[in-house]
Amino acid sequence: MGFLTGLFWLAATIIVALGAGWVFRQAAIAISPKGVAKELRTAPLTASFGMLMILLYIIAAVFAPVIAPFPETQVVGSEYQVWDDVHLLGTDNLGRDMLSRLIYAARNTVGIAFVTTALAFILGSVLGLLAATVGGWLDQVLSRAVDVLMAIPALIFALLLLTIIGTSIINMILVIALIDSTRVFRLARAVAMNIVVMDYVEAAKLRGEGLWRLITREILPNAMAPLVAEFGLRFCFVFLTISALSFLGLGIQPPTADWGSMVKDNATLISFGDITPLLPAGAIALLTVSVNFVVDWQLHRASGLKE
Amino acid sequence: MENRENPEQVEDRENDMTITKAGPSRRGVLKGATALGAAALVTPFGTPLRAAPKAGGTLRVGMAHGSTTDAMDPGTWEADFMIFQAHTRNNYLTEIAPDGSLIPELAEGWEASPDAKVWTFNIRGGVMFHSGHKLVGEDVKASIEHHMGEESTSAAKPIVADITDIAVDGMNVIFTLANGNADFPFVLSDYHLPILPAKDGKIDPNTTDGCGPFKIASMEFGVGASYVKHDGYWKEGLPYFDGIEQIVIHDDAARQNALISGEVDYIDTADLNTVALLKRSPGIEILAVTGTQHYGLPMDTRAAPFSDNNVRQALKYGINRQQLVDTILNGFGSLGNDHPIGPGQRFFNTELEQKAYDPDKAKFYLKEAGMSSLDVDIHLADAAFAGAMDAGVLYSESASSGGINLNVVREPNDGYWSNVWMQKPFVGTYWGGRPTEDWMFATAYSEGAAWNETYWSHERFNELLVSARSELNEETRREMYWEMQDIVANQGGIIIPMFAAYVGAYSDALAKPEQVASNWRNDGHRIGERWWFA
Amino acid sequence: MSHIWSMILQRLALGLLTLFIVSLIIFGATELLPGDFAQEILGQSATPETVKALREKLGLDQPMHIRYLGWLADILRGDFGESLANGQPVADLIGKRLGNTLSLAIYAAAIAVPLSLALGILAALFRNSFFDRFANASALTSISFPEFFVAYILIFLMAGRDGLFPSMASFRTDPSFTEYLYRAFLPALTLTLVVTAHMMRMTRAAIINLLASPYIEMARLKGMNPMRVIVKHALPNALAPIINVVALNLAYLITGVVVVEVVFVYPGLGQLMVDSVAARDMPVVQGVALIFAAAYVLLNLTADVLATLSNPRLVHGR
Repeated sequence: MGFLTGLFWLAATIIVALGAGWVFRQAAIAISPKGVAKELRTAPLTASFGMLMILLYIIAAVFAPVIAPFPETQVVGSEYQVWDDVHLLGTDNLGRDMLSRLIYAARNTVGIAFVTTALAFILGSVLGLLAATVGGWLDQVLSRAVDVLMAIPALIFALLLLTIIGTSIINMILVIALIDSTRVFRLARAVAMNIVVMDYVEAAKLRGEGLWRLITREILPNAMAPLVAEFGLRFCFVFLTISALSFLGLGIQPPTADWGSMVKDNATLISFGDITPLLPAGAIALLTVSVNFVVDWQLHRASGLKE
Repeated sequence: MENRENPEQVEDRENDMTITKAGPSRRGVLKGATALGAAALVTPFGTPLRAAPKAGGTLRVGMAHGSTTDAMDPGTWEADFMIFQAHTRNNYLTEIAPDGSLIPELAEGWEASPDAKVWTFNIRGGVMFHSGHKLVGEDVKASIEHHMGEESTSAAKPIVADITDIAVDGMNVIFTLANGNADFPFVLSDYHLPILPAKDGKIDPNTTDGCGPFKIASMEFGVGASYVKHDGYWKEGLPYFDGIEQIVIHDDAARQNALISGEVDYIDTADLNTVALLKRSPGIEILAVTGTQHYGLPMDTRAAPFSDNNVRQALKYGINRQQLVDTILNGFGSLGNDHPIGPGQRFFNTELEQKAYDPDKAKFYLKEAGMSSLDVDIHLADAAFAGAMDAGVLYSESASSGGINLNVVREPNDGYWSNVWMQKPFVGTYWGGRPTEDWMFATAYSEGAAWNETYWSHERFNELLVSARSELNEETRREMYWEMQDIVANQGGIIIPMFAAYVGAYSDALAKPEQVASNWRNDGHRIGERWWFA
Repeated sequence: MSHIWSMILQRLALGLLTLFIVSLIIFGATELLPGDFAQEILGQSATPETVKALREKLGLDQPMHIRYLGWLADILRGDFGESLANGQPVADLIGKRLGNTLSLAIYAAAIAVPLSLALGILAALFRNSFFDRFANASALTSISFPEFFVAYILIFLMAGRDGLFPSMASFRTDPSFTEYLYRAFLPALTLTLVVTAHMMRMTRAAIINLLASPYIEMARLKGMNPMRVIVKHALPNALAPIINVVALNLAYLITGVVVVEVVFVYPGLGQLMVDSVAARDMPVVQGVALIFAAAYVLLNLTADVLATLSNPRLVHGR
């Protein structure tokens, strides 16, 4: 019986989500200029739902102080209060309002993850494309260096580096970006390797196009799809890295709220069937799924597969 | 001491109460009475018993600490895993009884010279090591000497530093001290100082031999250990268990799950956030004892702004102690009063006014210091004590109403004790506490002590410390310690907001003695010989 | 075939170089960590005197390059040295745990690899269907939960008081094969959930990427069964990226699972590494780091060899 009820709720959730996606798509098409509207029409319901969610996250992040009913760090009740009219999602282990912290965490977590991933991609893909295009010793040196960095387990490497340089937010962003960029480098290089041997790249080289132009005009546009797909996943892995770091005793400076640490702080409750830690974990999961739905849609468009 | 009406605390309070009468009389320490010792041996758990203890069964213990870098050498023991091992495998010259008093163990009795400089310990005859070696005076000498001397790398080096000579005369071992110390027999109960078998005047620090209740069957550092009963144990009828499995389970949730699912019978540390939920699980009992363990926030009294006592007082009034006890300890503990002496101890100052959260007073003291507001950083990590980060956050919230902007800096757990503690001017610390006032004050408050974490130097305090150590009149001594507590509380450099209970949990298949020791976790780490299966 | 052998040899040589540089980096980083072994092991009870004595006893007072060269000379003779903390030979410490780590990695891979390949192929076959989206969404959800949290949820669901499986994988004695499978099931399942999504998505993407190629179009136009098109025509050509991502995930299963080890009380290499780093126990840190790096290098090499073999054009030279 419990299983059937679960199934019912799951189905209901999916239907509501797709419905919301549909409404959002119709609304977006209505208010968008023509070109964009045409693009939007090709979006499946899942992608529409994803876009809606991403939009909501951005709104929550930007307007956190306006939306959140309580300040981020203020102790407003006793610890672990149950859900009620005042504290819609109860309070956390110190008596701070859970909902408010979730909303503020959107700002911190998404901000940090975005900056980190962007840095990792700028560093990794520029070097990767460069290595593939230039080849020779530059490729050898960069590839071997990346091999070395990847041969050290990421989490332990991060632990080492953060212990040495301290765990400020800036340091955390830099360290995770550095480690992530090795993965991006590998992908970017592998993809670009297949592109540089194409005829049109050869032709461009013969035309005497400069290196920068070659990379930005000829190679990057054709390597974009897999890179975007990777971005979707990497973006979400940043939350997980932060969460794992806080499990091992390093993490974001309190009292700043972030979902990864919030999962860690409340995680033991799940052993007793209390769903509090599911809230921040769910926030991460929902964003991951949403981002990747949108990415999948874009990939599908890029692959040129028509059906 | 304030005690909240809280059902979880009933057990806690029961132990609290019984400890208040703890503490041996001075004469008892100076001259350990053999007869009294013998009586204590038969029922070391105190009387009356709830039911006659039953023998048999294997106790499985889940422990929160334990590292692959642990070692057999007693000089390296620091965390609970090895200290538990120490009391399970070994015996000591003296033992802290469950009521906090000092009783004989391998020493049948002792006697001091009038100036408390020369101590003669009479060693018990007929004690067998697991290997069959018979305990003699040379074993005792070698065991203690292992921690002494230039070459020593033992963590216990400072506590035996005062011993200038150890002589053996048959079954008598004579210790000569550089300075008189009336509490010396307490020192010999320290967990670093087990008695190990000597060969050619030296112990093998890596031996697994011992003369305690259990033999080590296997030991894998950071993973676990198993023990079997020592059949030739000299304490009659002990131990009750046939064997012990000691398992390292670092993760709070995993440890609690192991207890709930019956894979262990006892866990040494319960997560305070969820202990109320754990208690509701069928067949699970919570064990909470408050003793001398306390959490503190030491300031470097040489560094500005902490060099000004007004600033220190302001910081002491800006902390909401009750909130910390309620939230960080979930009620499992009691209020601290900025000195390290617990309410159960012999010379606890019962008339010292308990500091309470008072933002106005904090503002007043800031004004005295010539400031309108104060900006300070506090450097914390959960390595300092469980919940230190959260405590810092709460402190910063409460201090802000007193005009203090406290910025909590998160430091890595890794390396906390070498790079943050006693390095940064305002940090967190914990102390398991020491069984005597003198030992505690001398360790962390006297001028020039290696662990004087506040770099504090107070002339009157240091004078009192030395004279109290050799003061024979109990009343005078009490007055001295009372004054010292007052000085530390109102002029010292440490904020001690709370005394934390040791909170563990066990399956109701286990039976425990009426009184559980509070000097360490796990019934003074002697659960192996004090508990049994119901 | 001969150029495959020369490639293997060349890569092995490069691998050795990688190991050497890794050992330098790890040594340097551990040296840079604040505090040394003597301070960390004595912890709160360290005094300047005992720290000094301990450093002298263990030779930690020697300059850094002397210690590194000493270690390197030992390693080249095949001697991993002894733990500073308790004098146990590093080879013994690692040996036991390496076995544990490998068994868990193989266990998890044995479930995760077939599962993710099958799901990936099915998702590519029924692309954009409800099944595809649902499999995708569940896989993404499972990787967006932190590992320890997935573990807690599994323990809550499957290992209560009368649970199906034990909540701890620890075993003090050597378990029989079936007992091992039983006790280590939950950690293996946790790891499966963690790595499946990545491999599944890559399989799906690699196959779909090929579906627009003319030769697939051709096969389809001939009226070939879509499943056959994918398995016979698309999959072989998609193997290279799939093998690559599988190798990366296998390397992760060996080197990156410290969190799962902690939650399930599983004595593997990760915990040993973290403990030794915390205590600055250099010989152990270096030993484990070498094992991790070697695992990564070898898996990577295997992946490249297999990817080459999967492509006839590469096997037979140009």
